[in-house]
Amino acid sequence: MTIVGLHAVLRTATLAIAVSIGLSQAVRCDELQSKLQYCKTCHGLSGQGYMGYFPMPRLAGQQPQYIENQLRAFIERRRTNPIMFNVAHVLSPSMLTALANHFRNLDPKPFGGAPRGSIAEGKRIFEEGLPESNVPACAACHGTEGKGQNEIPRLAGQLYPYMVGQLAGWKTERGQGSAVDTSAVMAPTAHNLTRSQVEAVASYVSQLP
Amino acid sequence: MSVNCHERSLYQQTFISRPSNRTQSMHEARKLEAMKRIGLKWVIAVIAVLTFPAFAEDSGDQPGVRNCTWCHGTSAQGYTVAPRLAGQRPQYIENQIRNFRGHARDNPFSKQYMWSAVASLSPNQARDLAEYFASLAPKAANDGDQALATRGKTIYLEGVPEANIVSCYACHGPNAEGVREIPRLGGLSYLYLKNRLQQWGQGYHASAAPMPMVASQLGPDEIEALASYLSFVR
Repeated sequence: MTIVGLHAVLRTATLAIAVSIGLSQAVRCDELQSKLQYCKTCHGLSGQGYMGYFPMPRLAGQQPQYIENQLRAFIERRRTNPIMFNVAHVLSPSMLTALANHFRNLDPKPFGGAPRGSIAEGKRIFEEGLPESNVPACAACHGTEGKGQNEIPRLAGQLYPYMVGQLAGWKTERGQGSAVDTSAVMAPTAHNLTRSQVEAVASYVSQLP
Repeated sequence: MSVNCHERSLYQQTFISRPSNRTQSMHEARKLEAMKRIGLKWVIAVIAVLTFPAFAEDSGDQPGVRNCTWCHGTSAQGYTVAPRLAGQRPQYIENQIRNFRGHARDNPFSKQYMWSAVASLSPNQARDLAEYFASLAPKAANDGDQALATRGKTIYLEGVPEANIVSCYACHGPNAEGVREIPRLGGLSYLYLKNRLQQWGQGYHASAAPMPMVASQLGPDEIEALASYLSFVR
């Protein structure tokens, strides 16, 4: 009797655990879908980026580690952005990972709309850098196709005004506070680019597939 | 032609449908006669202008403007359900005229008034009207509930991240002034803002991405707060 009873208890317990795991996954999936819709309201329905009052960057195909790093940087105020602080500070670590992994797999066409006049100059800077100004080739870290890797972001297809805004305002937005983070790597490079060189690089990468 | 019908009905509302006046004093009756004559002149002028497009073009954009201000107010500051056009983004006004023409903007009042009101506008006329109204200085409606304005401002700036309500500020700007094709919301009337936000949730104007998605997340309290706050923004 005792053994049968124990079996019954075990079976019930196993079933209860299985059901609760199933349920919690269903809830998480639900929550993920709602959160994705929330992200895509501003970042575009396929994560291709969007032009609101501010340019909202492309997230499609972005490196998950970069997205996670940036969301943490918003929360810890290492990256200044009032809107994204509010967005990011309610995300649980598991949600954050799930979102980052979702966007990695999206592949819409570039948003477009960049001026095309300096694409050739941008390509040269991207591939060869500007040795005279101490600017390394972007491709060295971001890859020849601009797809990035690990914590290094994808630039291919990124919105032109977003790229210009970030490179021109690197020091006022990134790497705030006393903690040094990966954004420090870009600070001298961003500083050494002139406005027209920034625009050239931005227009080149914005049209990369 | 349907524009003419609209004008007539406005004329009737303004000058004719007041039977009780007939029983008032001679003085009142004389005043009414004068009003009728003036009103009739306007209607004849409007009908003439709309019936002869060549004449309308010759006289610049004035007749077209008058056609809008019948409902949107003489200085285009909006009147009850007709939103303010003054200071609105020109590209937004143009897009909306196109939306009315193509029936993509299918809200109840749009259907009832705007579909016919824009039916005879050419793209050039639409652009001229949009530029004209955009150039007028906007005034805030100030007709929301002041007690809800603070809550509304918080939602406007931050959204409600826990409830997946996005920040309005990201697209409509720090002072709700709009940009390019994104409309100015600051100072629009409480009732208009509330209706629009509710109607997206009900499925109207479904093509206006991403607003249907945004508004569907808003509850009645959030809509009240946002519409109140925005009515005071200048």
